[in-house]
This record gives sequence, structure tokens and C-alpha cells, in this order.
Amino acid sequence: MRWLMTFRIALRALARNKLRAFLTMLGIIIGVGAVIAMVAIGEGAKATIRSQISALGTNVLVILPGSNVQGGVRAGSGNRYTLLDSDARAMTRELRSIAYASPVLRRQEQVIAGNLNWGTLAQGVAPEFEQIRDWQIESGRFLHEGDMDSAAKVTVIGQTVARQLFGNDDPIDSVIRIRNIPFRVVGLLVGKGQTGHGQDQDDTVMVPYTTMQKRLMRITYVQSIVVRAISAEKVPEAQEQITLLLRQRHRIAEGREDDFTVRNLSDIAEAAQSTARVMAVLLGSVAGISLLVGGIGIMNIMLVSVTERTREIGIRMAVGARGRDIMLQFLVEAVVMAATGGGIGILLGIGSSEVLKLWANWPTLVSPSIVAIAFLFSGAVGVFFGFYPAKKASTLDPIDALRYE
Amino acid sequence: MSEVIRVENLFKTYRMGDVEVPALRGINLTIERGEFVAVMGSSGSGKSTFMNILGCLDRPTSGQYWLEGEEVGSLSADAWAHIRNKRIGFVFQGFNLLSRTTALENVELPMMYNGYAGKERHQRAVEVLSLVGLGQRLDHTPNRLSGGQQQRVAIARALVNKPSLILADEPTGNLDSATGSEIMGLFQRLNTDQGITIILVTHERDIAEYAKRQIVFRDGGVISDKSNNQVLVNLES
Repeated sequence: MRWLMTFRIALRALARNKLRAFLTMLGIIIGVGAVIAMVAIGEGAKATIRSQISALGTNVLVILPGSNVQGGVRAGSGNRYTLLDSDARAMTRELRSIAYASPVLRRQEQVIAGNLNWGTLAQGVAPEFEQIRDWQIESGRFLHEGDMDSAAKVTVIGQTVARQLFGNDDPIDSVIRIRNIPFRVVGLLVGKGQTGHGQDQDDTVMVPYTTMQKRLMRITYVQSIVVRAISAEKVPEAQEQITLLLRQRHRIAEGREDDFTVRNLSDIAEAAQSTARVMAVLLGSVAGISLLVGGIGIMNIMLVSVTERTREIGIRMAVGARGRDIMLQFLVEAVVMAATGGGIGILLGIGSSEVLKLWANWPTLVSPSIVAIAFLFSGAVGVFFGFYPAKKASTLDPIDALRYE
Repeated sequence: MSEVIRVENLFKTYRMGDVEVPALRGINLTIERGEFVAVMGSSGSGKSTFMNILGCLDRPTSGQYWLEGEEVGSLSADAWAHIRNKRIGFVFQGFNLLSRTTALENVELPMMYNGYAGKERHQRAVEVLSLVGLGQRLDHTPNRLSGGQQQRVAIARALVNKPSLILADEPTGNLDSATGSEIMGLFQRLNTDQGITIILVTHERDIAEYAKRQIVFRDGGVISDKSNNQVLVNLES
């Protein structure tokens, strides 16, 4: 009852001086708004980086043939023949930490369609490559198991190649020639854009790896194997199991070096994530400081307000307010201002991050936890910075306060 | 008649650095229920200090103060706040109303500190405002009221919790004489019709004439205490 009354008294006191209450709140509004918006930008950047990395494939491993050293002699390119497509098949068959594996062969080729030609990257891959790289088909189909078995002369082409050779025409069922071998276009890949290094990922044609081996490169080995672990967490486990399996399959004696290397992207992921984290902390702390400044603003105004309202405090005491009633009133005023400011700030923060998302195309992400934290923190700012002025008000001597001009 | 106020051997000494300034030097007084007392004296006579002690705003250096038979001079600050709220109504020279706050809300203020329900509070405030003749100006803020009207609001505020006594400190000091006598008439009416005990501080002799008893202070002591046989009656109010 008494609490409710104090709350009402405080609200009335604030309502009597709306402009000042608003200006006082402004510090908190801006502070909280900045916290929300800044953290949203930071989180958005983090999420973008995360998704970009997972598009790169944080759970993707690449197995390359290594250059083995035997007795101080670097065996060099001879060892490049060690990796076979059967290794890839064995991995998917035997290792539970691995979801997909695909051999990859690559070579720069000149492709011709009608009277147009274009130099591009030809890749020989297995059907699993679609899942490993998470690369969808825009029209037609991806390569399938039957293409592998028959070393079919079919191809799936990237957006850039399609544009260069076919313009705006539908490339499906057209024929392109690579090294004078006609390939039927069975699928068109969706655009993936550039890599982080400025390489155009869409400038490629994909053919069955068997076709690449037999018809284009005339080799029996594979240049590399790409693997997708079942999750990012399983990457180290997968790496271990692959090493074991390949050593076994390649009959490498104990104590000898591997004739292959397993690489993963988690180092890159780690670096990028920590950069994003630093940025988020930086933005958050700048915003936190502005919230603190807002709190000091509240304290300032509350102190002025206590002095200015000395007479009011005297009157209240004369008609029966106890010290703690006065204290509670000023505390509630401070908290109400801080919390209202916090509420408006949250709306402002969410609003501005939405605006940034819509107009500036920034990937912002408002996390509910930061909204809750910002709100609680602004309330705490009110209590913390309201306490001293409130205490000061409550200890005034009623006689002096009544006489105050 | 029962005692409302009894003070015995009341001393108050202020310290100003090393110098001790005596403000009250052993006051002994009894005020009965229903009395209308004027406390007079020049400035520095100790009358304000006396009123502050009676109003539970200040603590005596020594001596006892009984309010309705209860020794209150040594109670805690919170207990004093409760006494000021329930048993004493203050009327000041400068009105001391909350600005930007309606007459009604000003009168409701003391009731906000003792847990009246909203409806009851509103009714009671309207009732006392009507009693002082401001039933038509409930929603006016102090700056839209004349001095006399503001003092009436203050009197309504003092009455609202049905106190044992009203302490009025120079209530006409900021008013012209016509308005002043209206206010004094109101006090008289409250005293005779409602039986409210009123203690009035003034330094004007003609204001003191409205009271039934006049006590004169000088140098921290009472030099005269007499009943007023020819009470000035304000007829028009």
C-alpha cells in the first residue's frame, strides 16, 4: 500500500516536470539504444562471419597428397599418386564422423560452345560434392552416381561460364566441348559469388571425377579429397580417423611419416570469430560507457532536483512523510526515469538496428538477452545513481527545508 | 476538559561554534482541548523554537513534552513523522503548498502518507475543501488561487487527518488585512464549531485578539499568559 503510494507520488512528481524528466531520460535512452544497436551490429557481424565460414565449410576437411621424405630424400611428385578415389569411398563407408567425401581433380581448361570459348576451372567431382560444398542447383540436376560409373560426358556449369557461353539462353541440354570432347550440360549451379580471396567461385564447370580421370587428364589417382565431417565439433575426431585409415590403406609403417596431409579451416574460423568477438566487445563497451554517462546525468539532475525541491521535501515531512518515504520517492523517481529511458532506448535500439538492416543492408542481430541485460542495467543505474541524492533528500532537516527559499 | 499539550521545564540551547545560545529557558505550559491560543513575542523571543518543539520538528535540550498525555519529546524521528501526520496540522506563513499540484492533491497529500484508499481520500479532501469554502476550486493549482485561497487550501490540508491540534505560524503574515481577518474568522469558526485546538504564532496584536488566550514570550521565557475577555469576532465569515 505504502509502496504503491510512493510509486504514485513519484510518478506525479515526474509528471509535473515532463520536459526535465525527458531530458534526464535522454541520456539513458541514448545509452541503452546505443548498447542495443551496437551489440546488434556486432552480433550480426559475428553471425555473418560464422555463416560465411560454414559456407566455406568449417566442418570441411581437405586431404592432399604430401611429399614424403625417405632417408633425407624428398620423394616429391611421385607421391602425388598416392591418393585414390577408393580412399574417398572407404572414408564414407568406414568412418562415422564423416558425412560425405568426394575426390577432386582440377585443371584449367578452355571450354567451347558454338563460336564462343572461355577459359575456366574444370573440376572432377563426385555427387557428394554438392552436399560438401552446400552448393545448390539452379536448374537441371547435379552429377549422379551413374555418371561416375560410366564416366559420362555430362557437365554442370557455374553462372559465370553460363553467362560467357550462353548469355541469357538456357544452357541445359546444350553441348560444350572440352579438349574436343563434347559434354552435355545437365545442370546450372546457383551463383555463389567470390571467395574471400576474390576468386570467382561461379567460374567453373564440373564433370564426373571418373570422366576427368579417364578422358581429360588420363590419370588414375586423385589430386585431393574433400570431406564433410558430421559437425564442426567432430572435425578433430574426423581428422584423427582419416589419418589412421589412410595410413592403414597406404600401408605406412609405424614411425614413418604420412604420405598425405589433412587440412581444415577451423584455424581461419577461429581467427575470424575472435576478430568478430573483439569487435563486439569494443562496440559493447563504448555503448556501456555511454550508458554510464547517462546514469551520471540522472544523478546530476536528481541532485539538482533535491536541492530545488528542498521546500517540497520540507512540506512532505511536515505533513507526515518519514525519511524513508522521501528516500523511496526520489529513488523511485530515479528508477522510473532510468527504466522508462531504458524501455524507450530498447525500442530505439531495435528500431535503428532494423533501419540499418533494411537501408544500409547491415546484418544486425538483436539478441533478447542483451535487451534484458540493458533493461536491468538501466534500472540498476537508476538505483545506483539515484541512491545518493535520495539519501541526501531523506536526511534533510524539516525545519531548514521548510525555511529554504 | 482534557490536556492536549503539557510542557515542563522545557529548555532549548543552540550551539553556534563555542557559544551556547539559549532559546528557551524553562517553559511550563498546559493547553486544554478546544483552546484557541495566540503565542506572541518579538523575533528572537523563542516562540518559533517553542512551536517547532510542539510540532515535533525539533527536540528540546531538556524537559518534557506530553501530547495528549504521551511523552513525545524523546520519540524517534519516524514516530514524530507519524504524530505530525495524524495529530498535528501545520499552517505556515508562506502557505507551503506544492506548486503545479491541484488544491485537491495538496489536501490529499497528508493522507497519502497513512494509507487511505483512493476513494476515501478523495471524499475526505473534497469534504474539508468545502468546509474552508473552496469546494468549487478543487482542480486549481496554487498559482491560479489568491493568497487567501491558498491559505484556505493549507488549512484544509492541516485539517484533513482530523488532528488534535493545529499549529499556525504567522498564517496572515503574507495576506492583506481584509483577507487576514477572513482567515482568522475561519480559524475561529473551526475552533468554536468543530472544537479544534488551535495554537497561533503571531507578532501582530490585532491578530492575537482573535484568540481566547494570549501567551507572550520574551528572551526564551513566558512573561504573560492571560485569557482574552474581549475576543474579536469576525462577523462576516
